[in-house]
Amino acid sequence: MQNFPAFTDNDLQSEVSTLNLGPTHPATHGVFQNVLQIDGERIVSGVSTIGYIHRAFEKIAEHRPFYQITPLTDRLNYCSSPINNMGWHMTVEKLLKIELPKRVDYLRVIVMELARIADHIICNSILGVDTGALSGFVYMMEYREAIYEIYEEVCGSRLTTNIGRIGGFERNFNDIAFAKIRKFLNEFPKQLKEFETLFSRNRIFIDRTKGVAEVSAEKALDYSWTGPILRATGVDYDVRAMNPYSSYQDFDFEVPVGTTGDVYDRYLVRNEEMWQSMRIIEQALAKIEKEDPSVFHADVPEFYLPPKEEVYNNMEALIYHFKIVMGEIETPVGEVYHSVEGANGELGFYLVNDGGRTPYRLHFRRPSFINYSMYAPMSRGMLLSDAIINMSSLNIIAGELDA
Amino acid sequence: MGKITNEELLQKLTAQFGENVQQVTEPYGLLTFHTTKQHIIEVLGWLKDHPELQFVFLTDITGIHYPEQELPLGVVYHLHSLVNNIRVRIKIFMSADDLDVPSATVLWNGANWMERETYDFFGFNFVGHPDLRRILNVDDMTVFPMRKEYPLEDPNRVDKKDYFFGR
Repeated sequence: MQNFPAFTDNDLQSEVSTLNLGPTHPATHGVFQNVLQIDGERIVSGVSTIGYIHRAFEKIAEHRPFYQITPLTDRLNYCSSPINNMGWHMTVEKLLKIELPKRVDYLRVIVMELARIADHIICNSILGVDTGALSGFVYMMEYREAIYEIYEEVCGSRLTTNIGRIGGFERNFNDIAFAKIRKFLNEFPKQLKEFETLFSRNRIFIDRTKGVAEVSAEKALDYSWTGPILRATGVDYDVRAMNPYSSYQDFDFEVPVGTTGDVYDRYLVRNEEMWQSMRIIEQALAKIEKEDPSVFHADVPEFYLPPKEEVYNNMEALIYHFKIVMGEIETPVGEVYHSVEGANGELGFYLVNDGGRTPYRLHFRRPSFINYSMYAPMSRGMLLSDAIINMSSLNIIAGELDA
Repeated sequence: MGKITNEELLQKLTAQFGENVQQVTEPYGLLTFHTTKQHIIEVLGWLKDHPELQFVFLTDITGIHYPEQELPLGVVYHLHSLVNNIRVRIKIFMSADDLDVPSATVLWNGANWMERETYDFFGFNFVGHPDLRRILNVDDMTVFPMRKEYPLEDPNRVDKKDYFFGR
């Protein structure tokens, strides 16, 4: 807290009042409560209260076999649940030492980058709404819908996707999925360009965002910030580039960074990340053409559920099916930390396994939770309206905050 | 990528702290060691301020509970050196009677909420923490729910017991 001096006002006429911002407030986009002391429109101090939708995922995870934990990860950052799902699968695959075929890695990269675009669409277009411009939101939301339709083709659901399985995907991508991805890649750049034309050099938008909530790189690292908001301060830490997982080392992409870490820089970083994500998806599609189109999971029968027709006709498949469903599979004893670059920061899974049917301990390093800890201290001295767009651009997702 | 290997890091650590770096393992390539809670801040601070190692980034703090062990409750720290791209995991264990742990908020402000979360679920008393309150659970909760003695659901339920599954 020592970095953020209390706001002082020497005007004798002024009077401090208490404002309860949240937990259900239209401007906070989620269940966030901040009890603010305000002097006119300026925040003197604030206290964040969180935990309104705490669901004890870490405790529940200690009672579930690995494959049943994937639906829990859906409900962390529900704006980009495929990234959470993949992060969890990869953590278990790391524990079990499963090597995936390249095609599976590339398919995962496509899904994860689509999820990143969907998340950034929401964050940036809602930032526009909070600054008073609804049109950008309407332009962009159509393409989040296009991404959700791709999820539907791949896994059957839209928001809480439960996409993929330990060892690969539950089914292959069909032709419609690829067609929809191509269609998205053809159409979205034009729309994103238009969105940037509307906002990036818009005088009103710049006045509202530039210089608001500036954060230095030292302060961001001190508070363990990760993701686009850390990169907006000028630190080029991206898990995809630094500790490549899922064959990210095969792709050519750039890590955009900002300079001042203010709301405008975060907006620019997110926009540029969407362009880079599209570059990655293009490359992944080109790489997949060279791979065997029938491969969509690793050959690990002891962890990957066999297809139903084999279960009914093949004894080994029946045995594996039974063992997997009943949690009778031997798993190695050990502890793993695996992290992926989620849409709003480093999403880490710390898994301790004792060889039983369930994890002994599972801890989620949730970027929203850690990034949000600076919110109340940094709001000191800020105008209330600036604090609102600051929260909007931090991209805090209540599900991930409260786990 | 990494400019420093786990062996070099371990050599530097043992040269500095000797006996206080115990039970060194390397699960899945991540250097893990135990130390004591009297030395934890010294170790974390040394790793953070070392001109070459530069573990400036606190990735995570969490807790773990092994009821059968002599020292059942542990705090697990994950640090990351962004310059050298190497991670390290540090654990301290203690008995349930003495849960005082020096707070890492003197080194990182980010430790504030991580320690509050760890306190909330395991009950460690982080000494020197500016604001040690419950964070995700309700304020009037009396137990520390991530400890193993607290069941997830009705403990009288028998249909999920391991012995039905041959274990």
